[in-house]
Amino acid sequence: MNSLAEKRKTYQDQLAAKAKKTVIVVGLGTCGIAAGGEKIWSAIKGEINNKKLDIEMVYSGCVGMCYKEPIIEVHKPGMPRVIYGDVNPENALQILQDHAVNGKVVNDLAVAQDPKEGAAKLPDVPVLNELPFYKKQVKTAIAKCGVINPDSIEEYIAFGGYEALEKVLTGMSQVEVIDEVKKSGLRGRGGGGFSTGLKWEFANKAQGDKKYVVCNADEGDPGAFMDRSVLEGDPHAVLEGMAICGYSIGADEGYIYCRAEYPLAIKRLETAIARGEEAGLLGKNILGTGFNFKLKIKAGAGAFVCGEETALINSIEGKRGMPRVRPPFPAQSGLWAKPTNNNNVETYANIPNIIRQGSSWFASMGTEKSKGSKVFALTGKVNRTGLAEVPVGITIREIIFEIAGGIQDNKKFKAVQIGGPSGGCIPEEHLDTPVDYDSLIALGAMMGSGGLVVMDETTCMVDVARFFLNFTKNESCGKCTPCREGTKRMLEILETICAGKGKPEDITTLERLSTVIKSTALCGLGQTAPNPVLATLKYFRSEYEDHIFNKKCPAGVCNALLEYKIDAEKCKGCGSCKKVCPVEAISGEKKQPHEIDTSKCIKCGSCIEKCKLDAIIRG
Amino acid sequence: MADVTLSIDGQKVTVPAGMTVLEAAEKIGAFIPTLCHDPELSKPGACRICVVEIDGMRNLPASCVTAATEGMVVHTASPAVVEARKTIIELLLASHVEDCMTCQKFGNCKLADYAYYYGVKKSSFVGEQHAAPVDDSSAVIVRDTNKCVLCGKCVRVCDEIQGRHVLDFMHRGFNTIVGPAFNDGMGESVCVGCGSCVAVCPVGALTEKNMQGKGRSWEVTKVKTTCPYCGCGCNFDLNVKNGKVIGVTSNPTSEVNGRHLCVKGRFGYDFIHSSDRLTKPLIKKDGDFVEVSWDEALSYVVSRFKEIKAKDGSDAMAVLTSARCTNEENYLMNKVARVAFETNNIDHCARL
Repeated sequence: MNSLAEKRKTYQDQLAAKAKKTVIVVGLGTCGIAAGGEKIWSAIKGEINNKKLDIEMVYSGCVGMCYKEPIIEVHKPGMPRVIYGDVNPENALQILQDHAVNGKVVNDLAVAQDPKEGAAKLPDVPVLNELPFYKKQVKTAIAKCGVINPDSIEEYIAFGGYEALEKVLTGMSQVEVIDEVKKSGLRGRGGGGFSTGLKWEFANKAQGDKKYVVCNADEGDPGAFMDRSVLEGDPHAVLEGMAICGYSIGADEGYIYCRAEYPLAIKRLETAIARGEEAGLLGKNILGTGFNFKLKIKAGAGAFVCGEETALINSIEGKRGMPRVRPPFPAQSGLWAKPTNNNNVETYANIPNIIRQGSSWFASMGTEKSKGSKVFALTGKVNRTGLAEVPVGITIREIIFEIAGGIQDNKKFKAVQIGGPSGGCIPEEHLDTPVDYDSLIALGAMMGSGGLVVMDETTCMVDVARFFLNFTKNESCGKCTPCREGTKRMLEILETICAGKGKPEDITTLERLSTVIKSTALCGLGQTAPNPVLATLKYFRSEYEDHIFNKKCPAGVCNALLEYKIDAEKCKGCGSCKKVCPVEAISGEKKQPHEIDTSKCIKCGSCIEKCKLDAIIRG
Repeated sequence: MADVTLSIDGQKVTVPAGMTVLEAAEKIGAFIPTLCHDPELSKPGACRICVVEIDGMRNLPASCVTAATEGMVVHTASPAVVEARKTIIELLLASHVEDCMTCQKFGNCKLADYAYYYGVKKSSFVGEQHAAPVDDSSAVIVRDTNKCVLCGKCVRVCDEIQGRHVLDFMHRGFNTIVGPAFNDGMGESVCVGCGSCVAVCPVGALTEKNMQGKGRSWEVTKVKTTCPYCGCGCNFDLNVKNGKVIGVTSNPTSEVNGRHLCVKGRFGYDFIHSSDRLTKPLIKKDGDFVEVSWDEALSYVVSRFKEIKAKDGSDAMAVLTSARCTNEENYLMNKVARVAFETNNIDHCARL
């Protein structure tokens, strides 16, 4: 068998040969597919076949610019790589013809160029790394996402893949690996932020004839899709990270717990595991060193609580997904009661880089206590949604206003929810806070897995708290009393407030329940469930008071608290609102100002949409 | 194992390492309420009512699953602890059907006891309540999920002690209930009616069907006795009201069986006051059974045995004894057969 280095050389040569051909890359992560990527693939493929063009087609995972999906790239020899966005099957053919065939860039659709040696820079296309979206990013954990073909182990190897595994298996002791991870300062990227090296050390020191490595790919936060993108875009990085962990703790078996809602990720993982075993990089006697590492995938049924490590372990064992009491911690007694190390996708994906490039390289990024980079999923009311990897310690403002391009439609920023339903919202005055584990917790939010949901001025914060409590209430497993019963009652109180029936004592009751649930719930889900309420109460208390005491929803969201009125000065009596009103609540003579009978009005908003004179006021 | 010394409410206590804070507190008589804890079962740490405050710990840990460690400083009744317990009781009451007046468990209910102890008169939370139909499909057990506090003791006792695993949790969060697979009725399930679940239920969610409406807990005198059914010698309490047995409940001090009983022992006592029960001997005279005195009956039996033995020999007779007899009674029957009848034809029904 050829050595890994020889294989790499061969694959790099193959890639170099490919670079002499014209290649079209179609982004086929879940985001690309959802935006229509597969149709574009078929359209281009059909045309290439029809015209018998000498153009190769490949697919990749998500490159991060979800806001520009569907995305394709054209690699033409002698020209920079060009990334096109907002592609559809029609303009895809134009790109094929003009650029791939004739070498003329379609400037209107070109998002960026990635210059390369020996190719003249294009005058009218921005450079990828200079795009505001990319400028402040560092690409390490997701560097290969969207760049390599996720189903090709050859490409992964050509980009340095499995070099780290080879390095630890052939030249490092278990303790040396753990020390390296410890020195890097890597902390768990799933939310808790526990030192990864320390965790490995616990599992390494635990006594046991059998140990397991578990990867938490149960990404359940609403608005989070970092792990999915990594699994779809660079699955081998996760497998390599897990194998390195397996070596360092003495485990020969690993499980990836991936939610069944991620079918593409599961498919790519299955392929990656099969290719890895064929190549002797996973499975038995890896690289001839005698180290065995068998990987299995367990598809989860989508319960949020199964992101909690002990509930996840129960679920792998075929039991009801309910958390176990800790201690014993999984490092002592985890899967099948054996010592188990559990990290999330992004944590494992960082490992090969740390081993290859050294702990000091990783530790050079970030802040004193939070090292490295972190991937965030940018969603909500921002101009550029997508995936961004930034050095830890960058400010929230830089992420939202520079990378994500600020708020849509020139609206005002109101808050950003960090850490999903377990986190909290952060208001304008704290936008300059550095994003690291400890600063965010100090603000009442948390790093979480990295979902950033940005809200603008049209968002009602009581309604946001209600939304998240509805989520946690539905996702509570029902095991412990405070979470099961408490989240239900908190939600009911929030619903009452949103319905305009809030009572003066409601805020105190919410605070009392929050305190008790946080301090007594069994697992992390319950202990953090009140955070969205506490954070909104901390920063937006007046909105609660407006709902309860003044029966007003300042953001104009809570229907029960809205009243529709017609501004008599603006109304010209055209009658279009009267016509569209489904309950005949609007009356008035032609060319005379109309009126709304609030007792009949069902606040559907149809009249507002219809009125061209902005004469209808909602408030 | 080494001992550890910790402080509980200012009192020093030394316990073996590995003991929980709850057990250590019990040792010095500090009161900690529990719902899901049971010394014979695994420890889920689920109900959270046993939380305590421990110096240096971030939250309020559940004492039933927290190991006592050297130098630990525990507060079992600090303001935060009391507030948490009261809130948990309130939360349980908020979804608990208000049926204390006619509840079979009245007077013997842990939830009521703790509400009383902490002065929780009613829940301050108003909202959805459970309103599932009461499951009385079983011949022996009534299951009312509206009263369930989801402590899971029934699930664990059925699984871990009885090995039946008839009950388990289903649905999630607020909608969680305990029941047999697919929420079938207990009567349609594979439940054998041992009633262990009833014995561990701290509230009125699982109760003895045959005791419904027969008596309040304080009206009952408990009389410990040995089960008459088989030779195991299980002990239990006859629940006696006004001279009548209205039910059987476990007596945890029973040496042989602890709280465990089988369906016959726990529920098969209705023969005691049955009108069909023979209370006087009968002799068939002229084709009809006629009540006679014990003396007449015994003399009649003796004379008939003698006649048979004289006429047809000893081996014309056989004796079959019962597992419901004691060893001593069976020994005596052995004597009757071999010495008085002079036959070896004696056998016993207790074969499985």
